[in-house]
Amino acid sequence: MRRPEIEREIYDFVIANFLFGQTTDLEPGDSLLERGVIDSTGVLELVAFLEERYAIKVEDNEVIPDNLDSTGSIANYVNRKLSCVL
Amino acid sequence: MQVEQFLEGSAVLYPEKVALVHGSQRFSYGQIDREANRLAHALVMAGVKRGDRVVIYLTNSVEAVLAIFATLKAGAVFVVLNATTKQDKLVYVLNNCRAAAMITWGGKLPSDPAAWAETIHLRSVFISSASATQEDAARSAGKQVFRVEDIRNSTGEGLAPAKSCIDIDLAALIYTSGSTGRPKGVMLTHLNIVSAATSITTYLENTADDVVINVLPLAFDYGLYQLLMMFKMGGTLVLLDSFAFPQVVLDLVVRECVTGFPIVPTISAMLLQMDLSKYAFPKLRYISNTAAALPVEHIKQLRALFPHVKLYSMYGLTECKRVSYLPPDQLDVRPSSVGRGMPNEEVYIVDESGNRVGPGVPGELVIRGSNVMKGYWELPEETDRCLKPGPLPGERVLYSGDLFRSDEEGYLYFIGRKDDIIKTRGEKVSPREVEDVIYTLEGVAEVAVIGVPDPILGSAIKAVLTLRPGAQITKQDVLRHCSTHLEDFMMPRIVEFQASLPKTESGKISKRMIADEHRGSQQLAASPLEEPVAP
Repeated sequence: MRRPEIEREIYDFVIANFLFGQTTDLEPGDSLLERGVIDSTGVLELVAFLEERYAIKVEDNEVIPDNLDSTGSIANYVNRKLSCVL
Repeated sequence: MQVEQFLEGSAVLYPEKVALVHGSQRFSYGQIDREANRLAHALVMAGVKRGDRVVIYLTNSVEAVLAIFATLKAGAVFVVLNATTKQDKLVYVLNNCRAAAMITWGGKLPSDPAAWAETIHLRSVFISSASATQEDAARSAGKQVFRVEDIRNSTGEGLAPAKSCIDIDLAALIYTSGSTGRPKGVMLTHLNIVSAATSITTYLENTADDVVINVLPLAFDYGLYQLLMMFKMGGTLVLLDSFAFPQVVLDLVVRECVTGFPIVPTISAMLLQMDLSKYAFPKLRYISNTAAALPVEHIKQLRALFPHVKLYSMYGLTECKRVSYLPPDQLDVRPSSVGRGMPNEEVYIVDESGNRVGPGVPGELVIRGSNVMKGYWELPEETDRCLKPGPLPGERVLYSGDLFRSDEEGYLYFIGRKDDIIKTRGEKVSPREVEDVIYTLEGVAEVAVIGVPDPILGSAIKAVLTLRPGAQITKQDVLRHCSTHLEDFMMPRIVEFQASLPKTESGKISKRMIADEHRGSQQLAASPLEEPVAP
């Protein structure tokens, strides 16, 4: 799966699951935490989605803002994880 | 004593000591005190007077800390709102308490002047990190607008305004969920807060050497008191916005040599899902838990992981801050107890007639002490329902609305609520408030909101709806509607549609039957009616 496709899926997941389909000006680089899109239980849901959808294991030490705090950084993280798997 | 003197006293004793750590920033007591003084003068100059209410609508940040103490230094009453509060509730609170000023940030502020028009009492807005459009919107609605950055960076001499309050004046209103659906402002005096903070720091054995990490919102009294208690003792508060990234929090616990970690059961559930074996936390002295009982299994696991750490099980109500704590040496003896009354406070259990009952007999818990609130803001009837005559003539004591029993030695055991308030993620949610919001969605005929057991949240909020004939509403529609009106912690996790809702003989919706149905569907394990909220 290519990165743009991953980013689109993740963006769609975030919009559907945390903004319930609201129209938004959310940019790929925006902090989901600062924008109030996601909270602590939201991060758990996000991790569960990533593990199931991309068949990856999100390690405890990978649940950090650098990996998961924007749709762009999530896509980069998933892309890296999938590259490792391959 | 007044609450702002927690800061002022520590600023005299420890002017250079780190009071607050937030992100990469560190602030000394001297710096916080000087900046709070400047902001207090700005409030006074803007017309804020003794007893006026000042709404603080900010994330956990240095600005929120400054705003709380500046409000008190100005002789006013602080009202901290959760940063996820939506506009209609923000307007409700601003108008309900007739706030003279609001201290806020650009994050959620409207850019539309019309949005400000409803805030009829609000005169002044103190904003940080706002856009020119947002500032103009407030100005064009007739509000005085001040930039917090400019005030903080000004070169005033930094002395506090002259004191105007006494300790039975109000220091804070804390809005809490009410069974009627509208939030109620719990009126707390300086004396109430000082009393509660003194009792709690006594049993936690806090000192100026303590470093406490706080991930809970300052709008939640448990979070707020971490700030107040550390400033009272001259300790250090490490302030974060949330527990969203547990690794970041745990790394900070190590790096900042944290000694105290206040949690709620949701945090312990998240922690215990992680591999914590690499952490030793040699400096950590205690973990405290309140808001809902920590499952006994969590207690066992936490103690096994961190045998040197004292674990405090506690129980409280916003109306008196804290009710009880279980001394750590009693955890093995009675792990399911929430302990006994804290120092300088009396607690007892009464029957329906108000007579004290003996050990083992269930009844309502009553609290007597200088930590008990003055009442609910401008709600005399609701106040009379929970503040009732006490042992002394003219005295009023707090009826908690919670059912308890005690053992032979006076330790308390929680049985349940007398009303249907839901405890989720450690916060109280009124089902009525959520139902009222869902009823405003076009096409909804009936809705019932209940709490259902959830391993992470304690209780998850479940909404069961029926629709009007022909209405086309999806779960996404319901959740989207809720997300524009309710704080994050009030959001339903489960939305279910039914052809009809079960009713009592008198025709009222029966939440007990809905809860029974939920339990039944869980036991069947198939739970075909319940789909996750995810798409």
